[in-house]
Amino acid sequence: MKHLLSTSELSREDAIHLLDLSDQMAEVNTREVKKLPTLRGKTVVNLFYEDSTRTKTSFELAAKRLSADLINFSAKGSSVSKGESLKDTALTLAAGGADAFVIRHSASGAAHTLANSGWINVAVVNAGDGTHEHPTQGLLDAMTMRRRIHGLGATAQRDLSGVSVLIVGDILHSRVARSNIHLLKLLGAKVTLVGPSTLMPHTELFEVDVNLDFDDALAANPDVVMMLRIQTERMSGNFFPSEREYVRNWGLTAERFARLKPKTLIMHPGPMIRGLEICSEAADSPQSTIVEQVANGISVRMAVLYSLISGERSLDV
Amino acid sequence: MTSRTVLNSDDIGRAITRIAHEILESNHGTDDLIILGIPTRGVVLAERIAEIIRRNGSAMPADFLGRIDITMHRDDLARQPVRAVSPTNIPAGGIDDKVVVLVDDVLFTGRTVRAALDALNTIGRPRAVRLAVLVDRGHRQLPIRADFVGKNLPTAKDERVSVLLSDIDGSESVVIEQ
Repeated sequence: MKHLLSTSELSREDAIHLLDLSDQMAEVNTREVKKLPTLRGKTVVNLFYEDSTRTKTSFELAAKRLSADLINFSAKGSSVSKGESLKDTALTLAAGGADAFVIRHSASGAAHTLANSGWINVAVVNAGDGTHEHPTQGLLDAMTMRRRIHGLGATAQRDLSGVSVLIVGDILHSRVARSNIHLLKLLGAKVTLVGPSTLMPHTELFEVDVNLDFDDALAANPDVVMMLRIQTERMSGNFFPSEREYVRNWGLTAERFARLKPKTLIMHPGPMIRGLEICSEAADSPQSTIVEQVANGISVRMAVLYSLISGERSLDV
Repeated sequence: MTSRTVLNSDDIGRAITRIAHEILESNHGTDDLIILGIPTRGVVLAERIAEIIRRNGSAMPADFLGRIDITMHRDDLARQPVRAVSPTNIPAGGIDDKVVVLVDDVLFTGRTVRAALDALNTIGRPRAVRLAVLVDRGHRQLPIRADFVGKNLPTAKDERVSVLLSDIDGSESVVIEQ
């Protein structure tokens, strides 16, 4: 593996290997000294063109726990405002001797361009590109499901066969949904997309079930309900009449939450808007994995950085 | 390629039994004892040593056997393709102030053991660390020695020493190949 650009290009074997490695990294994260010398002398560049709390700090911690040096670059307050292009920014940052670029960008395909343009010979990790993919989020969600459903210590080599997952909300603008759909299907899970028809992409390509009626989808007793944020920053125009109507039809309200099996997992990639797509009762319940997802994210990113840059550097560009 | 068998199944069994008894003797019993295998074959050897200690030791704590992966502490990571990492499992009581016996199959350059000592550092501070190996083949590159050795095996540097164990390899022997 030279880059991690999307979950759709992972093989089942790659995915299971990354998840197993993530579990081993999670063990390191329980140690008194949460630091390994593994990537000493390597440099990771966090190249963030979009705002982020979780992903950026998560990659930062992952790199630091493996002893890599880290450069944090935010487009805000940089020469990007003077008109510097992605290419020139990347060349500038790579000139300092980078081994991996972690890129978040509002343009779908930005990570792919950075990896395959021939500008730089550096491992590229996609940390979210527009409405395309966010592969480490998909991996950390799968990791969280494996650990909760199979139990800690019983996850090795296991997939998610037979697990039914609802992904609910703004699918259209969600790179998290896309990364999850590909990965969960690869791991044998059954995925159903739920949301208003205006926020549903062309789903024929995904080959998954679609149900516009949240209550009907919940009646099938899913194992996992993954709620998504409504990405107003990517919306131009009105996709639903009002927030109240959205909550009534597609919000995980206290009333809907009460109907779920006690073992149904509640997931959310964050940031969550309480009272809109998810109620506090659900978000703060023992069934909620929201905080665990953040913790697992560090382990997944350690596994990804280890897999991409710990070995000898390949000479092919 | 020529190969000769230097230890057969019985020899290996005897060596492991002797190591187990030496560990008990030097530790004056089983107090504070922790046995940690280094993957892959060190884990199997550690299990067998622990089994013998369990049979012979009195009042052995249930949780004194574990495994410690050293991959992420290796000093040659950047010289080879990405290496697989295997799980680390430390007994629930931790290793602080315990006597940790590291177990590996072959002691050669000493670099694996150095990595294991570094890995232990991130987990806790044992009172003492000992090293048990089935075979010591010489050619050390670091100032490291074993406390418990199954068999000292004089070898040439370009020879390969393979330890085969039934749990992993289906048969049981120590072979030198050239």
